[in-house]
Amino acid sequence: MQIKADVGKCQGYGNCVDLDPEHFDLDDDGLVVLLRTSVDEAELEKSGAAVRSCPVQAVWLADDDA
Amino acid sequence: MTPDRIPGRVVIVGTSVGGIRTGQALRAAGYTGEVVLVGAEDVAPYDKPPLSKQVLVGDQAAGDIPLLGPDGWSGDGLTPMLGRAAVRLDPIGKQVILSDGEPVDYDAVVLATGAHPRNIPAPEGYLVRTVRELRDSEAIRAQFSSGGPVVVVGSGFIGAEVASSARQLGLEATILEALPEPFARVLGSEVAARISRLHADAGVSVLGSAAVARVEPLADGTGVVHLADGRRLPAATVVVGIGVVPATAWLADSGLDLDRGVLTDEYCRASGAPDVYAVGDVARWFDVRSGEHRLVEHWTNAVEQANLVAHNLLHPDELRPHAKAPYFWSDQHGLKIQMVGRIHPDDRVSFLRCATTAGDKDVALYSRDGGFSAAVVLGWPRAVVACRQAWERGEDLAQVTGRLAALSTTAIPVPVG
Repeated sequence: MQIKADVGKCQGYGNCVDLDPEHFDLDDDGLVVLLRTSVDEAELEKSGAAVRSCPVQAVWLADDDA
Repeated sequence: MTPDRIPGRVVIVGTSVGGIRTGQALRAAGYTGEVVLVGAEDVAPYDKPPLSKQVLVGDQAAGDIPLLGPDGWSGDGLTPMLGRAAVRLDPIGKQVILSDGEPVDYDAVVLATGAHPRNIPAPEGYLVRTVRELRDSEAIRAQFSSGGPVVVVGSGFIGAEVASSARQLGLEATILEALPEPFARVLGSEVAARISRLHADAGVSVLGSAAVARVEPLADGTGVVHLADGRRLPAATVVVGIGVVPATAWLADSGLDLDRGVLTDEYCRASGAPDVYAVGDVARWFDVRSGEHRLVEHWTNAVEQANLVAHNLLHPDELRPHAKAPYFWSDQHGLKIQMVGRIHPDDRVSFLRCATTAGDKDVALYSRDGGFSAAVVLGWPRAVVACRQAWERGEDLAQVTGRLAALSTTAIPVPVG
């Protein structure tokens, strides 16, 4: 799976970083930064929880070919 | 994992964020049994934080704040039973009873019924409102469109956001707080003074020691708010934000242990009956860190507990305790206010001003005997992440300060307030 982000939607709530700091970070403006986009099977629970924890759906998971 | 201990059918009562996210987390974890969502409101599940902000000012409508994925119920693999409230739980027969008498069988049930807003004695009609459901917010928006003034009762975060939204629409707004210092009950005096100033600068009239005696309706649909000390304020809309009461009335004869919420252990399993879990605003869970039961009425807490319950339902031999840092945010007059941790009344408060590439940012740090209790961060989300990590690792004030300094070019103490 791949992580996708819409920085325009991001509000800096930071829940994604709290749950999955391997993939997500915030910059000084409080906007999401993807440290890495690929998610392997073992990371899916953490990254999935991170995505579901975004209050404004600024990050999501997509299939590799999407 | 022991498959025979995995429930075949999970019923989730409540279709707000705690309930929906629990169902989604079960599916994400590969659960293949049936997941039934029972909801009193017969509308597509929606998210609540925008109800006091974007929905009130008209930036978002019902369709813009979904909790389900793009393909709705079926896309998320969830079975809805909407429009009928759960009125009883029978943990012996393992059934949830709906308002029309229909029983819904469960192998495991997740209680996510949230809370009801407290209100003041109000005259009949639409003058006095609370904000909890979409229809509340839509009704207030309609009233706002015919003008102010708006009187907000209570200086909690919902009220503060409603006042902010009213000002954004150009309406006159007043916040009434019965206690002498508005905003201080949760934040303490020092940060409360800062928030009061934010509202005053945005044109909100913030009144302390302002207890409401009664609301008098007038013939034209507006009203007059009478304060206990004799002051009177005209109001086109009165919005009451004085806290919520966990929605447990329907569980009165269930045999569950209830005490201002559903009591659970640290794994969010309800006390008093097997295979019953609770999440979100209705759950008073056992906090291992403090050794007390706690109820945290915040969005992120509900989502964290949803993930936790999904895991614990599917992994009965690898239970995880709920131990995340309490965290919430509030958007007022364009400023993002984010709070991490737990404020104690006798905490010492210090302000740190940090220079960043995005300008100077202020953080209020709450501490006791050098220990880090909580932080209120003004407009600097990156610092919030650091504070959450520090809180969960039990770091002290010096360590948190060090983390913030590492994120800034300079971090200097500034006068409190």
